[in-house]
Amino acid sequence: MLGFAMRRLLQAMIVMLVVALLAFTLFRFVGDPVNQMVGIETSQADREALRERLGLNDPIIVQFGRFVTKAAQFDFGTSYQFRQPVSDLFAKRIPATLELSFMSALFALMVGIPMGIYAGLNRESALSKLFLSVSLIGISLPTFFIGILLIFLFSVTLQWLPSFGRGEVTQVGSWWTTGLLTVSGLKALVLPSITLGLYQMTLIMRLIRAEMLEVIRTDYIKFARARGLPDRIVHFRHALKNTMVPVITITGLQLGSIIAFATITETVFQWPGMGLMFLQAVQNVDIPIMAAYLLLTAFLFVAINFIVDILYFVIDPRLRIGRS
Amino acid sequence: MKKLNIGLASAILAAGLATSAAHAETLKFAFQGTLNQLDPYSLNETFTLSALGNVYEGLTRRNENLEIEPSLAESWEVVEPNRWRFHLRKDVKFHNGNDFTAEDVAFSVERLHGEGSDLATRVATDVKVEIVDDHTVDFVLTGPNPILHYEWDTWYIMDKEWTEANDAVAITSASDTSANFAALHTNGTGPFKVVSHEPGVKTVYEKNENWWDEAHHNLDTVEFTPIGSDATRVAALLSGELDMVYPIPVQDIKRVNDNATTEVMTGPELRTIFLGMDQRRDELLHSDVKGKNPFKDVRVRKAFYQAIDIEGIKRKIMRDLSTPSAIMISPFLYSRSAEFERYPYDPEAAKALLAEAGYADGFSVGMDCPNDRYVNDEAICQAVASMLARIGVKVDLNAQPKAKYFAKVLASGGYDTSFYLLGWTPSSFDYWNILANIEGCRDDAGKGGLFNLGGYCNEKVEELAGKILTENDPEARDELIAEAMTITHEDVSHIPLHQQGLAWGFKSGIELAQRADNQFHFRFVTKK
Repeated sequence: MLGFAMRRLLQAMIVMLVVALLAFTLFRFVGDPVNQMVGIETSQADREALRERLGLNDPIIVQFGRFVTKAAQFDFGTSYQFRQPVSDLFAKRIPATLELSFMSALFALMVGIPMGIYAGLNRESALSKLFLSVSLIGISLPTFFIGILLIFLFSVTLQWLPSFGRGEVTQVGSWWTTGLLTVSGLKALVLPSITLGLYQMTLIMRLIRAEMLEVIRTDYIKFARARGLPDRIVHFRHALKNTMVPVITITGLQLGSIIAFATITETVFQWPGMGLMFLQAVQNVDIPIMAAYLLLTAFLFVAINFIVDILYFVIDPRLRIGRS
Repeated sequence: MKKLNIGLASAILAAGLATSAAHAETLKFAFQGTLNQLDPYSLNETFTLSALGNVYEGLTRRNENLEIEPSLAESWEVVEPNRWRFHLRKDVKFHNGNDFTAEDVAFSVERLHGEGSDLATRVATDVKVEIVDDHTVDFVLTGPNPILHYEWDTWYIMDKEWTEANDAVAITSASDTSANFAALHTNGTGPFKVVSHEPGVKTVYEKNENWWDEAHHNLDTVEFTPIGSDATRVAALLSGELDMVYPIPVQDIKRVNDNATTEVMTGPELRTIFLGMDQRRDELLHSDVKGKNPFKDVRVRKAFYQAIDIEGIKRKIMRDLSTPSAIMISPFLYSRSAEFERYPYDPEAAKALLAEAGYADGFSVGMDCPNDRYVNDEAICQAVASMLARIGVKVDLNAQPKAKYFAKVLASGGYDTSFYLLGWTPSSFDYWNILANIEGCRDDAGKGGLFNLGGYCNEKVEELAGKILTENDPEARDELIAEAMTITHEDVSHIPLHQQGLAWGFKSGIELAQRADNQFHFRFVTKK
């Protein structure tokens, strides 16, 4: 078990290094950071001096080495545009992104599961067909379009919900901020959460529906019915339980992508999270922020996969036997 | 200076003017860009300087018509041709209560010239500062300079004691490992204080009760949020969440005006958008003409000029929010601008000129264009490309984000361009800035006219620029400028296109002043 974990850990580190190297190679094609850091009238000599100070004149491999050494000590350097340590900036932005991601996941589960069950049990009903058509929209429309549509409807026309930002946030502990404790904070969460979670919601709904249809046809459900159990017990205790395994796996994996790819939603709603900061960093060639973000995202996926691998190992006895 | 046609938003509820003093007014506004950091010397960029101009002040300031006014200096005089004396305002206090004195001015000059300063040119490095007494400062120049103080409205005076006490003398530079105190905190003399600043998220200002000047605004708090997405920014105004947002994309102006509670104020901006051509290399980098450079021939440059239907661009792309320009500077910044006219749009004449120059069948040329820098920049370039196609010139358009565009076409990229679109606002509001940066001769490394990307060079213009720099008599100076403008116009050194427009959206009932330099000052704002 320990050896297996160690091997996985080593592989994870190699993946991170490769991601960092790829990211660094790509940065050369994003543009000139110095140009974004100074006004247009800044002289050539001053620009050169700045390049030199930033170490941008060093060979790419030297820059990469320096970055990895520092990153290993959790020092991601100083942002070019904000002139603040990148780790501080991320610490301030992480709560916003995590809160949004979890609310989206919650929305996806709370709405997706009941819809899926209903559509699975009543496959011929009109409502099920409506659910399926709606879910098609959720899958096919791009996120930013859904976001703007929601803003137009609920902010501009009805004026019920705010169109941007986090509303009023409360400080919890030394570095966490939350919008869950104020009315304006909760209101601000609604539209972005729906926008971000819509795709996952439709995914879960369709998954549950398909699984339900499958399970309903199995022998043990027929036997349960034959035993005269009420529909409620058959559906929820016997059928639903068995559909949950793939749903949990998918949800876990999707959570990673919700957090990592909240960028578009954050941009549309000016949500002050990591994704928004990343997009701004790309526009301004803020390499330290881009590097840290990509590394963080890679870490997220590597960590999730690592945990899943370990869980498989725990769950699946065949893996253990094979090793010993 | 020609009088600026500044529209003061005038939708006032005549009856409701009497607002109670106890009612706290908050102005919430959004801009497309972020206020990254608060050090007044680290970024020479309009929005940063504008946002900090509510907190810090210079020796001079500009009013809503951009005319220079006394600010921290009550008055000034040229005592000798090379010696300017500034009399400082007495009883001015910084936000932390420190007195404003001549020491602070001398310190601010010193810090302005420190490493990492992006505004070092506000005061030439050979200018000596002499403190006469606590409230009198002399600036000693090495030669006459009639426009010495033209850019001082954005050279903000910092408190020596505060800056030193907080170890913020060294200007923030990106390579520093820790953040500079002055990048996150402010201590100015201006009408507002920064009470909180989360870079890229929100900045909150509060009225400075002890401001030396009489406050004409009625704001107690100002909240700034950057909103990068155009659609979201407009929606936030339409939904009533924000009081003021800018810029409004040209295609949304009608919608904001049609909305009962909001309106858009438009006006010309000072920035001039123009096209430039490589006239320096013997062979163009991006063209099918080999062995020679067609742009060295003035007839080709003029053909390009006359092939462009500027009114068409104004109507179709800018939705009438642009002012076609015959010169490289905003007409507001030069008294005799009306004397100049564009070469008429005439594709036939353009074709004839090309044929005369030996390119009857046209040629192909690569064009560089930013796609996220100026209003509809990429669309303008596409239009230019299709207009040039009509005279047989095939344009290969390379439109890319500003980060990549500037890296390619500026000196740092070796001026890697044959034909480009650029915009320029002379920071001194004076034509000499154009002569020095855009029309002055340069070498391959960029010494000389650093932003003369095409390398246009005319000795006569150079000579005139030298005279313009030191001529103290305004009329004689304007005459010299007219001479230089005539030459560059005849040479077609560049192809001026237009001054793009400003579009600010706000709730009806708010009064504000839209300055043509796109600076937003809260001191001009009255709410309801």
